[in-house]
Amino acid sequence: MELADAYAAMAGDLPAVVSMMVVAFMGLVMLGVEAFRNDHPSIPWMGAAGLAVAAGWELSQLGAPQGTAFFDTVRTGGYAAFVNLIVLLSALATILLSTPYLNDLKRAYGEVYALIMYATVGMLLLGTANDMISIFVGLETMSVCLYILTGLVREDEGAVESALKYFLLGAFSTGFFLYGIALMYGATGTMVLPEMAEATLGTTSAQLMFWGGLGLFLVGFFFKVSAVPFHMWTPDVYQGSPTPLTGFMSTASKAAAFAALILVLYHAVPSGPASLVLAVVAVVTMVGGNVMALAQSNVKRLLAYSSIAHAGYVLVGLSAGTAAGYSGALFYLLVYAVMNIGAFGVMALLEWDGKQGREQTLDSLAGIGSRRPVLGVAMAVFMFSLIGFPPFGGFIGKWAVFAPAIDAGMTWLAIVGVLMSAVSAYYYLRVVYVFWMQSAADVEAASTFSDSALPRATSGAVGTLVVCALALLVLGVFAGGVLETTAAFFDVSAMAAAP
Amino acid sequence: MEVALNWYLSLSAVLFTIGTLGVLFRRNAIVVLMSVELMLNAVNLTLVALSQSMGDASGQMLVFFAIAVAAAEAAVGLAIVIAIFRSKVTVDITEIDLFKG
Repeated sequence: MELADAYAAMAGDLPAVVSMMVVAFMGLVMLGVEAFRNDHPSIPWMGAAGLAVAAGWELSQLGAPQGTAFFDTVRTGGYAAFVNLIVLLSALATILLSTPYLNDLKRAYGEVYALIMYATVGMLLLGTANDMISIFVGLETMSVCLYILTGLVREDEGAVESALKYFLLGAFSTGFFLYGIALMYGATGTMVLPEMAEATLGTTSAQLMFWGGLGLFLVGFFFKVSAVPFHMWTPDVYQGSPTPLTGFMSTASKAAAFAALILVLYHAVPSGPASLVLAVVAVVTMVGGNVMALAQSNVKRLLAYSSIAHAGYVLVGLSAGTAAGYSGALFYLLVYAVMNIGAFGVMALLEWDGKQGREQTLDSLAGIGSRRPVLGVAMAVFMFSLIGFPPFGGFIGKWAVFAPAIDAGMTWLAIVGVLMSAVSAYYYLRVVYVFWMQSAADVEAASTFSDSALPRATSGAVGTLVVCALALLVLGVFAGGVLETTAAFFDVSAMAAAP
Repeated sequence: MEVALNWYLSLSAVLFTIGTLGVLFRRNAIVVLMSVELMLNAVNLTLVALSQSMGDASGQMLVFFAIAVAAAEAAVGLAIVIAIFRSKVTVDITEIDLFKG
């Protein structure tokens, strides 16, 4: 192809990456403003505006037909738009929630918001990637930004320790991930996902290379989505990071990584043998996350283990290996993003220890519900939704991932999932119990802080939490439309065929 | 003399294993960082060898991105290690153990 033709073709593809360009450009503008007007209060609002514009564009693309752009490197159309919408809305909520929090910490640097924007660009690329190079670049853009955000409060020894652990284990997993890509490339001769499925694995050594590569690739992914037994970093990192940013890394990055994993499984991998591996990891992740969450006294650590458990629920949908399973997982990621961002957002506004909530116990918040009624009600909604209690979105989400597993003949997997949801009710309900049914006078630890130690709740942050809580109700009651949308993304004829 | 593809793949597998063992068993954070770099560069060798033998350029394209990512990671990683050293006056990862449970 002539170079001029290539440029013409790429110019025609530009609409496929509009949201990436808007977010990246806005990030650069924010950094420019930061250079001349240090920590200007308008910087987060510029970011929020850029994310809102990009989200509006993606909303208009939801019904677009599926396709690829830039020589098969990114996907366009409904699937990409849906994933991007989850990521962009999570980033928007994060910026609104972190503004009062970072002001309170005296860390409202413009660069922090710019880094959130760059991490978002990485996630947008990761969730819409159609070849291994895009997946790698997206994943690393996201991860490197998140390492920095984790260690934001660099004078606090807990924060830098979190950052170091996140960085070392993240870089370690990148090695496995990249080696997996290299071996799969060697076996199939291509980086493009749909072409990988079409490649014939003639010799035994090529097959060995492909499955070995896929194994290493999955190890890298399991690290990123914190599935057991690759979850060790998660509680430590979540406990020491700035709370609203923890919400960001537990939802948006997980949604983008799972979206990329779905694309790989759907387009590049014959579903048979991979399905059993995913099912086993799903079981240990659900059991491990929920059981370890039972003993936690710090809410951020508890939510970290809960986030591990929820990765297990999404993996149940993936191990079904059917179109319904993938679309259910996609719906679950949306619901999970809303409820987890909300839960971390509430905790951010109830933080009094000045160490990103690292040393404050759940008991110290006894009776906070009656002192902060809006936050208390919102937290109760998020907790009930995380359990999977009707009429909230979490209930439909769990149904959407467990039902395909039963249809695919994995009833045992769904039974483990439901049992573990019952176990999780214990620790989620304990949060509601402490917030509402205990009074501060009964609990010794509760009298150690005064109301003035809590961050000032701005209307933007509280409004975001209220919108999250209402969205869960809407997703629970009117889930049909969203589920139809996600189901339409998966065309049975495009699936990677069994060998 | 033509070197067969298998030699390159074996060499990079050995280098990758050395890097992995370094991450798992060394205690100095800087050495762990170096081991990670060794892992990434072992993979780069695999990619270039495969790309060359198949006559397909996309493997070498990924190598360029991998080099850029490794550089960015090294910059961020060294900054984090310096921050740790300032607060703890050690870079021994077994002494960085604030979190429990």
